[in-house]
Amino acid sequence: MESILLLAHTEADGTLAKPALEALTAALALGGELTVGLVGGAVESAANLAAAAGARRILAVRGEPFTQPRYATDAAAAEALARAAGAAIVLAPATARCARALPGVAYRLGGRIDTHATGLAVRDGVPAVTRWFYRQRMEAVLTRTARPWVVLIDPGCFAPWSEAVAGAAQVEFVPVEAPQSRTTVTGIQAPKADEQTIRPDAKLLFVAGAGWTKKQPDGAVHVAEAQQLILGALRGAQASLGGSKSLVDLSGEGQAVLPFMTHLNQVGQTGSTPRHPKGLSTCCHGEEPHVVGWRFVNERRAVNLDPNCGWARGKADVVYVADAFAVVRELNRLLG
Amino acid sequence: MSITFQIVVCGSIVPDPLQTLEPVTGQAAPALKNEMMLPAVLDPWAAHALYEAAHLAQAQPGSKVWLVSMGPKAKLQQVMMTVAQKVPFELVALDGPASGFTDSFATAAALAGAIEAIPGLDKSRLLLFGGWESASRGAGSTIQMIGERLGITEQFQGVDRIAVREDGGFEVLERIEGGRHQVSVCAAPPAALGWATGFLPEPRNNPQVGMANMRTVMPALQRAKAATAADAGLRFASVSLPKQQRETRIEKNMAPEEIAREIVAWIREE
Repeated sequence: MESILLLAHTEADGTLAKPALEALTAALALGGELTVGLVGGAVESAANLAAAAGARRILAVRGEPFTQPRYATDAAAAEALARAAGAAIVLAPATARCARALPGVAYRLGGRIDTHATGLAVRDGVPAVTRWFYRQRMEAVLTRTARPWVVLIDPGCFAPWSEAVAGAAQVEFVPVEAPQSRTTVTGIQAPKADEQTIRPDAKLLFVAGAGWTKKQPDGAVHVAEAQQLILGALRGAQASLGGSKSLVDLSGEGQAVLPFMTHLNQVGQTGSTPRHPKGLSTCCHGEEPHVVGWRFVNERRAVNLDPNCGWARGKADVVYVADAFAVVRELNRLLG
Repeated sequence: MSITFQIVVCGSIVPDPLQTLEPVTGQAAPALKNEMMLPAVLDPWAAHALYEAAHLAQAQPGSKVWLVSMGPKAKLQQVMMTVAQKVPFELVALDGPASGFTDSFATAAALAGAIEAIPGLDKSRLLLFGGWESASRGAGSTIQMIGERLGITEQFQGVDRIAVREDGGFEVLERIEGGRHQVSVCAAPPAALGWATGFLPEPRNNPQVGMANMRTVMPALQRAKAATAADAGLRFASVSLPKQQRETRIEKNMAPEEIAREIVAWIREE
């Protein structure tokens, strides 16, 4: 098997986050000689972990300029580590930071890149990447002859590496002069903790469709109640909120509907493809462009008034033909 | 201080999201069954990039927008009939593949070449826009490689907003994990921005904009050079549709209380 470099950014405390530990599992499963390349302000904990996992070499780029998630510095660090390692296969977790910088690094190295890998295995003696095309509509297995081959592993596809770590690792620090950059990272914008509706680690994805904002049997719309019910369900089930494009677009057009629903919540063809063990769809027709975003949601249930909706045609395990307002009201009572 | 930008938007065409897609084995790479017959649209995230570019150009008088698009010429022409009615731009067309099975490295090379050839392009004022991922290949790697080829090392991905500052710099909001945004300030162009959805609604069709655009769209299509995006080292071992078809249980006569109890039990199952 060819040599492998695993690239990862360390957290502020010098450890590796879950996506990096998952990528480490993927790298170990390939079986080649493993080098781990770390970037961050502190790297000791991560280096010790990499040594315990069996990495032959541990390289690191350390320093204040490389703590900011920024293309110019991240690319420079990754390029230096890849050149120092000289590995044929470069693996990294598909975090926002790696996804931003590593395609440019692949170009600088004269290599190729594949992103959103959901599987990685040796086939006929060479690595083969599994990934989806056309927004999760078809799955392909591909190989490449070009090297280095950079592969970004999607989170949630491998179990995070978790074994006991003992001893101190020997780290080779790679000197990198921070490139001139006109970009300064000034902060993070996040909803307040009690307004956070996107929870990537939640066991349940709760999807709200446009039906919540339509006229109900009494001939009136009940947006305020819909808002209260949806937020109640999110709190009660500690669920992550997803939306269909039609509902999210209504919010974007400035209409007074579900103010907490933004494009970040959108699931589907032009939205996200989150990974949750279970998903509950409410007031959503289950059209194909939305349902492709459910590709990695294992168990699916839907509440819809239409027994012929998309969910009923083999896309959900259970469809409850019922009024979502009544069901979620009761659901919140039970979860409360 | 008013700053003018030269905004180049890269965006190709993809099958209409409502179409059923089926892979077939092509000569060198997989393809879609009846690909040339499928109705196409401008790639959704690239379309958002185009609308954001037009909005920015309008706010910064003197700025200009180009749309650089690679696809089969006939399909490009069909799609441009609609896109041209949305916002003002000048088209740079490449007659090449728009398949999801082409390689981003080769695609970036073709697009960067087309951008380099735009007459009078001032790279010091260049903003390179595109979708952060396409709805076909979904790689999220093309814009970065075009940027590298053009010497642009200020790059942002998953962008939802750009706000120009008084000092000529601009603030950028990028999507990061957990439904959050990273906020950065870039002191000056050139920069590359891969757009997510942004916050702008899709512009309404404007026949006057359409007529103005079509004066340059048709000649651009006629001038479109043939381009390839092949990578001899890329081999697809298999391409398949997901086989899982669920046996859906449809419950028509359960009371809301009963449904809620069943859902709660299901949520709490390990």
